[in-house]
Formats: sequence, C-alpha cells, structure tokens
Amino acid sequence: MSDVAVQHGIPNVYEPSLFGTYSKKIGMWLFLLSDSLTFGALLYAYSYGRISTPNWPTPFHSESIMNATIMTAFLLTSSLTMVLAVNAAANGKTKALRGWLLATMICGLGFIILHGREWSNLIAEGLTLPVFPPVPGHEASAEFANVSKTVPQFPATFFGLTGMHMLHVTIGVIYLGIVALRKMFIPILLALWVAGYALIPSYSPFHYGIHVLLVSALVCGIILWLRPKVYDAADIEVAGLYWHFVDLVWMFIFPLVYLMSTKIV
Amino acid sequence: MNDSTQYALEERVAEEQRHHGTAPFFYVWGTLLVLTAVEVYLGYQNMEPKKMLTILMGLSIIKAALIIAYFMHMKFEVSAMKWLTMCSLVFCLCMMVVFFPDAFRLLKLGVSSR
Repeated sequence: MSDVAVQHGIPNVYEPSLFGTYSKKIGMWLFLLSDSLTFGALLYAYSYGRISTPNWPTPFHSESIMNATIMTAFLLTSSLTMVLAVNAAANGKTKALRGWLLATMICGLGFIILHGREWSNLIAEGLTLPVFPPVPGHEASAEFANVSKTVPQFPATFFGLTGMHMLHVTIGVIYLGIVALRKMFIPILLALWVAGYALIPSYSPFHYGIHVLLVSALVCGIILWLRPKVYDAADIEVAGLYWHFVDLVWMFIFPLVYLMSTKIV
Repeated sequence: MNDSTQYALEERVAEEQRHHGTAPFFYVWGTLLVLTAVEVYLGYQNMEPKKMLTILMGLSIIKAALIIAYFMHMKFEVSAMKWLTMCSLVFCLCMMVVFFPDAFRLLKLGVSSR
C-alpha cells in the first residue's frame, strides 16, 4: 500500500492522476460528456420525428443552405483561432492570446447573427411555433404555413435543437469574453443587453432571448467577485474545450437538419 | 490532489503544448472545410435518403474525430482518458438507438383499408 499513500506538502511528490491531467480539465470533459447526451437526445428526437413522419418537409432553399454553410465556416475558423489562443497561452504570449480570443468571439458572434437572421426569415415566412408572436406586415407563405400545421414536429424539433445550440454558442462567446477581458466585459455585456432589448422588435423571439445577456452578466459578476483571478494557460485550454465542443455539435446538426432537408428545384 | 500537484500537472500540459507546432491545426482546419464543401455538394445530389444519410453521418463522424483528436488535444492525452471518455460516450449514444424501431412502427400504424 505504500505506493498509493500520499504525503502532501513534500515538494515534487504528488499523487498520480488517473487521467494524467489537472482537475479543471477533467471536470470540463465530464461536463461535455453529459452535454453530449443532451444534444444526442435532441438529435435523436429530430431523427425520430423525421423517420415516423412520411411527409417530412424539405424547406431549406439554396439561400438557407448558403447561410448555414457560411455559419459552419465561421465555427470551423473560430475553432482554429481558439486552438491558436491555447497555443499562445501555453507560450506566454499575452497579446497574441487576447487577439486570438477576440477573433474567436467575432467568429462566434458572426455565427449567432447569421443564425438569428435565418430564424427571423423562417418565422416571417410562416415556419413558426405557437409561442412565437406573428410578424406584422408579413404574409406567411403557403408552403411554410402548411408545414407548421401539418408537420408541427418539424418546427418544434428544428427550433428546439438549433435554439439549444445557439444558446451554447452565446454562452461560449460570453465565457471567452470573461476569460479575455475579465471585469471589463461585464459593462460590454450590459450595454449589448440594453441595445438588443431596445432595438430588437417585440415580435421577435430574440427580444426576450436577449435577457440571457443580463443573466450572464449577473452570474459572471458574482463569479468574478467571489474568485477574482488572472486566467492562466490551463483556464484558456478548458475554455477552448467548451468552444470546440460547440463546433463539434454543429458538425452533426448541419448535415442532419439542413442538408437532409434541402429543397432541390 | 493538492494545489502544488495541480500546478505541476498544468505546467506539464502547457509544456507539452509548447512543443506542438501550429501547422497541423491549419491542415485539420483545411480538411474540415473541404469535408464541409463535399457535404454541401452531396446535399444537392438527388440521392436516396438512406444512402445520403449514411455518407453524411460518416463524414460528420470523421470531422468530429478530427476536432476531438487535434483541436481538443485528445490525441495527446493518456490512454485511460481516451478510452474511458470516448467509450462511455459512444456506449450511451448507442443506447439511445433503442427508440428508432418505435419510429418505424409508427409508419405502419393507421386505419386498415380492409
């Protein structure tokens, strides 16, 4: 038993880790594994609906596919900039680290904006959920209005799955913002919240969704107040794991939801 | 594990990363973009859905493996980490397939024409 007994406090003597890495990273991996099952369940629910519904719609025109392809490119590029941020952190290049983190956030923001535009277009055309208010001045197209009535599983699973992913991307951008700018990011978040709430029209689901920023500002404020610290290379790597996971999930959503429902004219 | 152990592990991981060049990340990024372009091309081919789904999911699994291995550094982790995390995840996801026979059963439900 002497080989497993640990005498803490002696320099250079430590208990070996089963996974050969530090606890924060293992904790993030465990979270990501559980989150994979959340997305797995949503993807399976979408597939279940698709298999069991004979007249599953194919509503995505070339414009939607082009939009989703650019969104995919944004996410893939953000993963590259994130991995370069992790590398810069390991090499102690603080300026480069901040630059790569901001580049990652910009790509993430680009993804969110394009996704929001896609959602708004679909809702305006009539592909909607009963909880979404009608868009004034927009006539629902017959094609989409029929889909919402005859195959309600499609909008329910589509908005559920992509909405959950969009929420994860938003949280990811906020997470990176806090890691890169710490306390300075809180006023930016609050300014974005006020601007978003004032500018987004009240019939849009994002008018209420923008409150995620307020909740995040409060949570991040409490965390930074309780545990103020300078984030080191390990923290950047853990944040990177989360960001890559968000990218990874989209690699399944994009073909399953968009490409398998392409409208071929 | 105490704090000094954590710092020692963090420093070891950072030291490993200092030795990784950035070139492989660019190759992986390029490969992922090319695979995405292939997927989009396939999306416009009038293929049988089952065949198309198989190809698209195959490509997605390759893309996911590249992201996990290189971007998430799983390739450089110890064997226990690789096997335990990936096997448990794949096992749990495979268990969810149990619902699919029920989806096929729904297609055959309805009023009999007799």
